[in-house]
Amino acid sequence: MSEMSAGLAQNSVDLETLAAEVVAQAMKAGASDAEAVAREDDEFSVNVRMGEVETLKESGARGLGLRVFFGKRSASASTSDLTPDGIRQLVQGAVALAQVTEEDAFAGLPETDEFGALTDDLHLYYDDVYSLPGPERIEWAKRCEAAALAADPRITNSDGGSFDAATGRKVLANSRGFVGSYRTSYAGVSAAPIAADENGAMQRDGWWSSARSFALLESPEAVGKEAARRALRKLGARRVPTQQVPIVFAPEVARTLVGSIFEAASGDAIWRHASFLAGALETEIAAPGVTIVDDNMMLLANGAGGFGTSPFDGEGLPSRRTVVVEGGVLRTYLMNTYAARKLGMKSTHNASRGLAGTPGIGCGNLYLEPGTLSPEEIIGGVEKGLYVTGLMGFGTNLVTGDYSRGATGLWIEKGELTHAVEEVTVAGNLRAMFKNISAIGNDLVFRTSVASPTLRIDGMTIAGA
Amino acid sequence: MNGSPNPPQISHKRYFFEKFGITERLLERCLGEALSAGGDYADLYFESVTATALGVDEQIVKSASQGTSAGCGVRVLSGERTGYAYTDNLSPERLLHAAKTAALIASGPAKQPVQGFTEAPNADLYPVPLGGFDLDLAARLELILRADRAARAYDNRIVQVRASYSEELRRILIAASDGAFASDTQPLCRLNVFVIAKDETGTTKGSAGGGGRAGLDQFVGSKSPEHLAQEAARGAILQLGAVAAPAGEMQVVLGPGWPGILLHEAVGHGLEADFNRKKTSAFAGLVGQPVASSKVTVVDNGTIAGRRGSLNVDDEGSPTQETVLIENGVLKGYLSDKLSARLMGIGNTGSGRRESYQAIPMPRMTNTYMLAGEDNPEDILRSVKHGLYAVNFGGGQVDITNGKFVFSASEAYLIEDGKITAPVRDATLIGNGPEALKYVSMVGNDLKLDEGIGTCGKDGQSVPVGVGMPTIKLDRMTVGGTGR
Repeated sequence: MSEMSAGLAQNSVDLETLAAEVVAQAMKAGASDAEAVAREDDEFSVNVRMGEVETLKESGARGLGLRVFFGKRSASASTSDLTPDGIRQLVQGAVALAQVTEEDAFAGLPETDEFGALTDDLHLYYDDVYSLPGPERIEWAKRCEAAALAADPRITNSDGGSFDAATGRKVLANSRGFVGSYRTSYAGVSAAPIAADENGAMQRDGWWSSARSFALLESPEAVGKEAARRALRKLGARRVPTQQVPIVFAPEVARTLVGSIFEAASGDAIWRHASFLAGALETEIAAPGVTIVDDNMMLLANGAGGFGTSPFDGEGLPSRRTVVVEGGVLRTYLMNTYAARKLGMKSTHNASRGLAGTPGIGCGNLYLEPGTLSPEEIIGGVEKGLYVTGLMGFGTNLVTGDYSRGATGLWIEKGELTHAVEEVTVAGNLRAMFKNISAIGNDLVFRTSVASPTLRIDGMTIAGA
Repeated sequence: MNGSPNPPQISHKRYFFEKFGITERLLERCLGEALSAGGDYADLYFESVTATALGVDEQIVKSASQGTSAGCGVRVLSGERTGYAYTDNLSPERLLHAAKTAALIASGPAKQPVQGFTEAPNADLYPVPLGGFDLDLAARLELILRADRAARAYDNRIVQVRASYSEELRRILIAASDGAFASDTQPLCRLNVFVIAKDETGTTKGSAGGGGRAGLDQFVGSKSPEHLAQEAARGAILQLGAVAAPAGEMQVVLGPGWPGILLHEAVGHGLEADFNRKKTSAFAGLVGQPVASSKVTVVDNGTIAGRRGSLNVDDEGSPTQETVLIENGVLKGYLSDKLSARLMGIGNTGSGRRESYQAIPMPRMTNTYMLAGEDNPEDILRSVKHGLYAVNFGGGQVDITNGKFVFSASEAYLIEDGKITAPVRDATLIGNGPEALKYVSMVGNDLKLDEGIGTCGKDGQSVPVGVGMPTIKLDRMTVGGTGR
C-alpha cells in the first residue's frame, strides 16, 4: 500500500500554470479582476484497534477555485475537474454568477503594492513523512496503541491507534500579478485507550503527536503511555455541587479560549457588530498580564515551520507577526482586505482561503504568551477549584460573550488534584473571564497552531449536582 | 426544481454511464481488481456533486458561488479490516489503480467472485430536479431578498441581516461485489437567516433556517422566508432583555421540534452499531434493558418524504428504513451498516453513510425522533414549580464512552409556578445518556420535526440529519447558567 507514496503528484499538471491559465481565461471572459487557487493533497492513514489493522487509506485529490470581479460585483466557483473542459465550465460558471450579484463598494482584490510572500525557507515541507515503508507505518500505529494497552490493567479496551501522513501543495494566482505556491507536510501518531473501573464504568481519552517531519514525531510509546495516563485519571469521575470556585484551564483547553478571542476580534464579526469586542480597540479587554500574538512566520523550537506558518495569506499578502492583545489591551482587529475596507483599516494579512467562496479570516500561530508559574504552582495556589482538561459543546456566544460549556477534569482541594469530575458545566462571560485571568503558566507548547499555557480564571460558575 | 419525466433509477445510472463513460464491464473489472488480494467484499462509490450558494448581506446580493466535484471511492473488506482508496479522476486507469491500492488490505489469492449486479427498485422520497447549474437563480434570490426585507421590518433594533440560500445535487452510484447495485440523485436545499439586534442594553444575535430534500415550493408556512426571518429577529430581540440562566439541577421542559437534538446526542450516537461492536459505547450490551422512562419511544426513520435526513438508499446502496431504537423505554437495537451487521450478526438498518467519496462509510442517523405521548403541552408547563423551558438550541456533543452529552439552549425561559416568565441567556444543558431519559415524566401530544437544519459530525465526517420531539418534561437535568 505504501509503494506509491506521493500518489498522483508525479503525473499532475503544473498547478501554478493551471492557476495562471484560469486567471487568464477569466480575464478574457471579461472579468476586471480574477483570483485562482489550486490545491493538491494526498493522505495516508492507518488505524489499528486491539492490535489489528482496522482501516488503511491512501489517496489524493486536486481542486481549483476561482473568484471573479466585474467592477464591484463578484462571484466564485470551484471544481475537482482539472481538464480543459472542467476549467472552461469553472470560468463560465463564475462569470455567469457574477451577473446576479450586486455592487459592493468594499469588494475587490488587495492593492498591487500590498502583495508579497516570505522568501526564507519556512520549513513547511519534509519529504520524510512518507519515508516509512508500509508495514512500519502499521507498526507505528500498533506500537502506540500497545503502549497504551500495556500501561495499566484498567486499560481494557481501545478506540485504536493511528499513524497518518499527508502532503499538500497550495497555489494562489491573481490578475494583479501575484503568483505564489508552497508545499506542506504532516505526520501524526495517536492512541485513544479506554479505561474501566471495577464497576465497568468506562472513560476514554487520547493523546497524539504531530509534526511537519516524521523525524520530529515523539515516539509512539511515549504517546501511548500519555494517552493511558489521561484515560486512567478520568476513572471514578463524579459530579460536584453547583458553586463558584477558581477554574484552572489546562493548556489543551485554554487554547480554545485564545481561539475565541481571535474570533471575537475578527474584523468580520466587528463590522457586523457580531462581537463583544466591537468598539473595544485600545481598551483593556483582559488582565494586565495577558499578551496574545498571531505569528504567521514562526519557526518552532525544533526548527520546523509552525502549524500556522505560511509564506503568504489567502489573498497573497506576506505573512507577518501581529500582536493582538498587549498587556491586556486590544491592539488590533484581525482582518482580511474586505473587513479592513469595511472598518477603514489595513489588512492584518489574516485572509484564509479555501477552494470555494470568498476569503475568510483565520489565524496563523496564535498564542497567549507564557507567564512564570509552573502548572503545579498554579494548582497549588487554589484552595478549592476545578482543573479542567476537557470541554464539550458549542456554548460560546461571541456576540454577547456568554460562555457555558460541559467540562471534565480533576477537583482541586488544598492545592492538590484529587478525584475526577464529569457531567458539570463551567459558565461565565468572556468579557469578565479574560479580565479575571489571575495566573498564567510557563508551559506554552505548540502542539497545534493555537496554543496557550495553563490559565487560572476566577469568578466562573460550575453547575453540577 | 421540477420533476424529471424519466423514471428516476434509469436517469441516475445513465448520468454516470454517459458523463464519465462508466460501463458495467468496467465496474466488474474494478471490483475484480479490488478482490484480487483475497478481500471478502468490495464496493465502488461514485459521487458527483454540484452546489450553488447565494447570499444577501446588508441588503446587497454580495455573494454567489458554485462548486462541482466528482470522484470514486473503492472499499475492500477483509474480516474486520477495511482498505480504502479514492480518486477524483474517473478514467479506467485511475479507477483500477485505486482498486489495486484498496485491495492490499487483504493478502492472498482472490477467493471471492464478483456477483452479477441486481438493481433493487428505489423508494422515491424526493423530487429529482433537472438540476446542474441550470437553476432559476432569480427565484432563489427572491427567497433571500424576501427574508432580508422581513427581518428588517420586524423591529428597528435589528441592525444587521444576512440571508443565504444553498442548494446541492448529489448523484451517487454504488456497485458492490455482492451484487448490490444502486443509484440515486439527492437534492438538498436550505435557507438561512442571521440577524444582529442592538439597543442601549447590548447586542444579541438570532438565527433561523429551514430546508430539506424538496423543491422551492417547500419554502412556505413555517419555512417561508418571512417566517424564518421573523423567527431569527424575534430570537435576537428576546435576548436583549434576557436574564442570566440558572445554574444547577432542575426540572426542564423541552419544546417540540429541534430540541429533539437531545435524542441525537443522549441516545442516537451511543446506539450506532460500530461503537457497540467495539464495546466503546456506554450503551453496549444494554439491548433489552430499560434506558428511558416507559413513556419514551425513539425511532430513526430515513424514509420520510422530503426530509433533510431522508435517503432512498444509504451510501452502501441499502434501502433506508424506520428503526425502533427505544420502545416504551426499553432499548431495542442499533443503527447498522453492512460491516457491523455482518460482524455482529444483526440486521443492516440501511444506516451506512459517508460525507463524500473520500470517506469510509459508517453507521449514522437519518431523522431521529421521539413519538408523541398523551400529555397536553400546557399541562406539562403548568406542572413545573421552578424550572427551565427551552425551545431552541445551538449544537450538541456527546462522549459516547461515558455517555455524557451537552446541548446548548439559545432560546429558553424560566418557569415559575407553572408559568413561563423571563427569557434567559444562552446556557448549556448537560446529562448522562443512558440515564437522562429515565427522568422523562411527561410526553406531549405535539410531535414536531425540525425545519431541516441539522448537520451531524462523526470522526470528521459531516452528514445532513433531522431530529424531532414532542414537548417533554425531564424531572432532572443540569442547567449550566450562572444565575441562582
